[in-house]
Amino acid sequence: MRFICLGYADPTVFGSMSKEEMESAMEGCFAYDDELRRGGHFLGGEALQEAKSGVTLRYSANGVEVTDGPYAETKEYLGGILILEARDLNHAIALMSKHPGVRFGPFEIRPADESINTLIEQRNQAIGG
Amino acid sequence: MPSVDEVTTAIEHIYREDSRRVFATLVRLLGDFDGAEEAMHEAFAAAMTQWPEDGIPANPVPWLVSTGRFRAIDSMRRMARFQRSPEALQAAVAPEWSVEEIDEKEFRDDQLRLIFTCCHPTLPPATRVAMTLREICGLTTEEVASALLATPPAIAQRIVRGKAKIREQRIPYRVPSRRELPERLDSVLSVLYLVFNEGYSASRGGAAVRHELTATAIHLTRTLAALLPDPEVIGLLALMLLHDSRRDARTDEDGDLILIEEQDRSLWDRPKIAEGAALARHALAAPAVGRHALQAAIATLHATAPSTAETDWAEIVRLYDLLMQAAPSPVTELNRAVAVAMRDTPAAGLFAVDAILERGELHDYHLAHAARADLCRRIGRLDEARASYERALALATQGPERRFLERRLRELRATPRTG
Repeated sequence: MRFICLGYADPTVFGSMSKEEMESAMEGCFAYDDELRRGGHFLGGEALQEAKSGVTLRYSANGVEVTDGPYAETKEYLGGILILEARDLNHAIALMSKHPGVRFGPFEIRPADESINTLIEQRNQAIGG
Repeated sequence: MPSVDEVTTAIEHIYREDSRRVFATLVRLLGDFDGAEEAMHEAFAAAMTQWPEDGIPANPVPWLVSTGRFRAIDSMRRMARFQRSPEALQAAVAPEWSVEEIDEKEFRDDQLRLIFTCCHPTLPPATRVAMTLREICGLTTEEVASALLATPPAIAQRIVRGKAKIREQRIPYRVPSRRELPERLDSVLSVLYLVFNEGYSASRGGAAVRHELTATAIHLTRTLAALLPDPEVIGLLALMLLHDSRRDARTDEDGDLILIEEQDRSLWDRPKIAEGAALARHALAAPAVGRHALQAAIATLHATAPSTAETDWAEIVRLYDLLMQAAPSPVTELNRAVAVAMRDTPAAGLFAVDAILERGELHDYHLAHAARADLCRRIGRLDEARASYERALALATQGPERRFLERRLRELRATPRTG
């Protein structure tokens, strides 16, 4: 099964870390990603720039409104996603519990919706040729 | 050298038959459920790449255990390096060890260790059931959830907490001593029976899922009986087979329940009955007869009778008397009362059922009221029968049972009032 792991982070935690600490944290995450790759579990990932460099679009009666960043009241922001191959939800939990990234903020593990993904793939095939 | 297709087929077969044995031994060697699961999958992945080149090993199970353990230690060493933790590195440096040292008995004991650990009495019963299905039977979290009619996150959390409890409480990974065996075995058997019953009596969920669950319970009980031929394990296996023999006869095409006296006995699975009856005889011959052996003996009398009228009710009442001594419970007493009604008269049965209901323990048990209603109906006390069916209906939750009670009530309303 494919799971999408959403990694959240509290920017103030990173703000208080030294350059060495940051580098060591990144190194730890990359090394564990390699472990996942070795086991065939790492299908892909994307890191996100900090939340304040993004915008949120929301549809309303006045049309589409654009606001800065995500919800202002949240302390933790989505920092990156990881696409994980695991046998089932408990296997995904076991794999991600060992990921050093979980120390910097919560992970949300969501199963991929493969029925909709199949439809998306069909569109890709139809348009891409 | 074997072709990739041959290797794939062989690995699929070994995965189905032996992956849980590999897992059970890896849990002992690595001391950790999650680590063992990952190591087992790494071992099978390694087999996929190595076997087409090196050939399929003569003893695949030790090969897989050894490879899994090697991979796990490798991974722990790499992790320890970047965590820069001397303790982690120390922990990862395990003593040298070779697969030849593990004999067949050790592998069998590991399977038992896994069963006794997942069914440990300190774990809540619902956790034991979920862990048994996932860790021992190898179902995925999603399959367990669908079988138990729960959501995958709910089952996943149950399993995570169960494993955490095993870790925190340092529940040892071992077969219980002779002294504690009866109590610990009882906990295992009740989990197996819960799994079986979940499949046997569940009204929601697809029929295929339910049959798979009863088959899983029977398979696991069979494995346990081979590993630990205790009369109670054999008795439980007999009981499951005898119940399961009526599977095709106990519901109609709409999924409605058919009572045993109305079932088409030609639909009963004779080979299953023969096997169950033989096992029940074996279990009953033990010096100390337990509750599963007695229940299996009762089930044998039902399964081998040509009709309800020709059932040996006197012997059934006698077995219930023994069961009340071995494992007294109000539900057993209720079943005994119903057997008394068949042996003597419905009035005698009703007298016994009322005495049980008066004590109050079964006040909210729908089957007690349904039994009372049926006895009143047979005596002709139709108003009382109606009231008891209504009470049973108010308490029953499962679709087929509710439809059965509603049907009985409709039939009663169609008959002229008596009182």
